[in-house]
This record gives sequence, structure tokens and C-alpha cells, in this order.
Amino acid sequence: MEQPSRLAVLGAGHVGPVIARLAIRAGYRVAIATSGDPEDIALITELVIPGAQPRWAADAVADAGIVVLAIPLHRFLDIGPGVLNGKLVVDAMNYWPASDGALKAFEAGGSSEIVAERLAGSTVVKALNHIGYHELEDRARPAGTPDRRAAGVAGDDPAAAAAIVGLLDRMGYEPVRLESLRAGRVLQPGSPVFGAVLTPADFRRAVREDARSLT
Amino acid sequence: MTYTFGLDTFGDRNGGTDGTPLSHAQTIRNVVEEGVFAEQAGVDFFGIGEHHTDYFPMPAGDVVLAAIAARTDRIRLGSAVTVLSSDDPVRVFQRYSTLNAVSGGRAEVILGRGSSIESFPLFGYDLADYEELFEEKATLFAELLKGGPVTWEGKTRAPLLSQDVVPHTESGPFPAWIGVGGSPQSVVRAARLGFSLMLAIIGGPPARFAVYSELFQRALDKFGRAPLPVGVHSPGHVAATDQQAKAEFWPRWRDIIALVAEERGFAIPTEESFDWETGPHGALYVGSPETVAQKIATNLRALGATRFDLKYGMPGLTHEQLGTNIELYGRQVIPRVRQLLG
Repeated sequence: MEQPSRLAVLGAGHVGPVIARLAIRAGYRVAIATSGDPEDIALITELVIPGAQPRWAADAVADAGIVVLAIPLHRFLDIGPGVLNGKLVVDAMNYWPASDGALKAFEAGGSSEIVAERLAGSTVVKALNHIGYHELEDRARPAGTPDRRAAGVAGDDPAAAAAIVGLLDRMGYEPVRLESLRAGRVLQPGSPVFGAVLTPADFRRAVREDARSLT
Repeated sequence: MTYTFGLDTFGDRNGGTDGTPLSHAQTIRNVVEEGVFAEQAGVDFFGIGEHHTDYFPMPAGDVVLAAIAARTDRIRLGSAVTVLSSDDPVRVFQRYSTLNAVSGGRAEVILGRGSSIESFPLFGYDLADYEELFEEKATLFAELLKGGPVTWEGKTRAPLLSQDVVPHTESGPFPAWIGVGGSPQSVVRAARLGFSLMLAIIGGPPARFAVYSELFQRALDKFGRAPLPVGVHSPGHVAATDQQAKAEFWPRWRDIIALVAEERGFAIPTEESFDWETGPHGALYVGSPETVAQKIATNLRALGATRFDLKYGMPGLTHEQLGTNIELYGRQVIPRVRQLLG
């Protein structure tokens, strides 16, 4: 399948600019947006994400084949679900109560499953949430490099997951496919792959062991 | 170029020589001694970071700084950081302008969150409100620093109407920084409000922060402000040799990161990652005076920074080990960095 070439990153905090830079290097046309005026992030974009285009969120989303959510999870609750209708959405957010506080809406179940429920008109894939933003760029390596590290891709829709497998591969990670959003719970805070940057073999082993511990 | 070199502590609970932890009270008394000793060793700044845990029993650093002020003449004294979001900006201003009075004008404040989150539930704040709390309170703090009557209204505390907030400072605002961990929007906020920028670099390659330094100066210009200093805060440990410094620091660092990792649910770092962080491209300054000095000089240059604060200590290190660290940092590292930066 042909890879979508336009990508929108929502969020210009710690994580969004890092993902945007990796996507630009991977050959995507990248727009970045916050909840506010693109003028407010013009200087940030020029210096920190050269090559990206600051836009209003609705415009960035409308033109994008892939939308990456890189905002604090509590801010996600402010997004009207209709804005993302028909889109392939990468959920790079985390429900991390020990670090960001508890949220009632996310207490029951995997955070990306709850995101997908709220975005019923979108196709949600969980990825790019489990490697720390301070390491994500530094550890990226082209395909075939011996010390290339693994990154998980979890989704219920095979075509959508395949597109994100392609995105991660181009960004510099060995994609490891998890068969559903439910299975993607293994990428969440508290799991052995969260905050680690593992080789594909170690990553698969950690996922298997974690899956066993859940049964 | 004038460079400033500081030491920061979180009140890391000391280990005794037999390995058992010292009491909170003894650790705090030791911090007072360490601050006094830092001045004797030639350090320019001594900072205390707010924490509320058994391993960092340091919720009221300003009280400790006042004790150090009474026994010193020259060293600058400040927070590193004050968790402003869960505090009252008026009280923070009052405590540090009081410290400024006690110390004869040596107070500073670094505002931020650090990685500290314990103060939110302790004081009844919701971590999800962090952004709004910090934005409002930092804005009010910038107003308070100007001196004179303050009029302010917001959602996070009672309004102020032409309020005279005492004690007044004798010679204008004391230095105030915002500590930033890597969000470009936080860098722009510091510039917009007129705070200096303290880059907290605790993992990953420091060079990736160079763009934030440029962003800060460009943003200051955009907001019509004069240039302001950029500083770096990073953890480390200095001992006679690289080997000794790493041997002393690694088990303490591993234990504390493992504890935090368990509390917050992320993977525990390996010795391999520690070796990388203490190497030439990592964020930790662990080694002999020469190793640490070279790394500081390289990164200050790369980041366009004029201030370096070494966060010394780790829970479990002894008061004696910390004393050696302070002495080597003050008497060997700082002069060597000044020499390297010419």
C-alpha cells in the first residue's frame, strides 16, 4: 500500500517536536499544531523543527494522511472527536498517573482503547509512546544497522497498522507489530518496555513475558 | 564573559559510614555545613531543590539557606527548584526576599517543577492542572519581582489590588530563573515573562539543548527584551579518579532511579546506560576533576551558557564523600573550566 506522505503532529511540547523532526527526516511533509494560533509556535517551528509548517490544528488535520497525538492526555479530552473523523491517528500519549496525575476517564482499561472509543470515526494505532523523548532521536538508526532498536505498533486495523509500521521503519526503528490495541497495553507505563530502548530480540522477549504475566 | 558555577542539592539523605541512613535532621544540618564549605571552596552559588520524600527530606530549603547565609559572606543562595505550581507566589516572593535581606542581597530563585510531583497531592493540587497553575503563578511572580504595588487577578489564588508585598528588596529584583526540561514552549514562556533560562539536563545528549538557547535569545528579542543568561543544571559526582567517582555514584544512582522507576512505572536503567551518560556525550558529570571540567567547558560552549550548577550527592553517599566532591569541584574543577573557557 502507498504510504501517506502528509503528517500532522498535534502538540509542541516535549514530544511533538521530536516526532516531527524524525518524520521530516523520514521524508514526510509535516505540519505541527497546538490548540492555539500557529503564530505562537512560528519561532519554535523555525528553529526547533526546521522544515515543518505551523498551522491551525483543523487545517493540519484536514490535509494529513496521518495525525500524531502528542499532547498531554488530559488535553485530549478537550478535542472534539469529529475533528479527527476519517483519519489514521497515532496515539503517542500515555496515561501515567504517577507522573501526570489521575484521570477518571482513563481508569478502566488501556489508554489507547479509550482514545479509540472517543475517536469512533478515526482509526487509532498506538505507537511512539514508550521511548523517552530525550532518547527517541538519538537512538534512531536506518534499517540494517546492527544496533537498531525496536518500537511497538499496536492496532486493530491491519492496513492502518501497516502504514505506521512503514512510518517507524523510515523513522529509524525496527517495528514490532502487536495484533490489537488491547495487546498494546504492553507498551504502557509500568511495563518492562516502557522507558527502555530495547533491541528487537529483547523487546519481543519482554512483550512475551509481560503477556504471560497477564494471563 | 563572566561564568558562574554553582552546586545544587535536593537534601539527599546521607548514608552513615556503616551504610545506615542518617536521620532527616542530621542530613539537613549536614547541608548547612556543605553550603558553608562550598563558599570556602570557592563555589559561586549554592542551591536547594524542593522535595518531599524520605530520600530527599527537603521541603523548606529557604530555611536552610537562611542558616547558610548567617555563616557566609559571598556565596549566592537560591532554590533549585521551587515547585511554584503547588506554592503561593506571594509567599515564595516573601520567603526569598526575606532571604535576600538576611544574606545582604545574595538570594536567587529558580522556578519549575523538576521531576518532583509529590507536592501536588500533599498540598491538594491536581497534577493535570500543572500547566495552568505554572503559567498563572509564574506571571504573578514576574509582577511581584518588579517591586511596588501589585494588581493581579486569576483563577489559582485570591486577587491582589494595589497590594504592597513586603519585604521590599534594597536594589531591585533578585535573579530569577525558570527551570526547563526540554519543552520549547517553556523556553518561550521564560523569555516572554523575562526570566533567565536554566536548562535541566538529566539524561540524553546535552548538545540537543543548544537550539533552546538560541530559541530563548530569539524569543527575548521578539518580546523586546534584553539578552538574559542561560544556565545548565545537571547531576554528577567528583572524586579523585574517574573510577572512584563512578564506583561511589553508580550504586546510589541505580538505587534511586530504580525506586523512582518503580514508583512511576518505567524501566530501570542498566549499567550500560550509566556508562553512556557518564561518557563524553551523556548528561552525567561523574569523574575526576579533569574529566568533569572538560565536559562542563565543552557543554557550556555548545549551549551558549554562562552558568553551570552541578547537582551533587545522591541518597546514601556520606557527608565525607560529599565534602570531597565539594572541595574538588570548588578548588579544581571551577578554576580548570575557567581556564579552558579562557
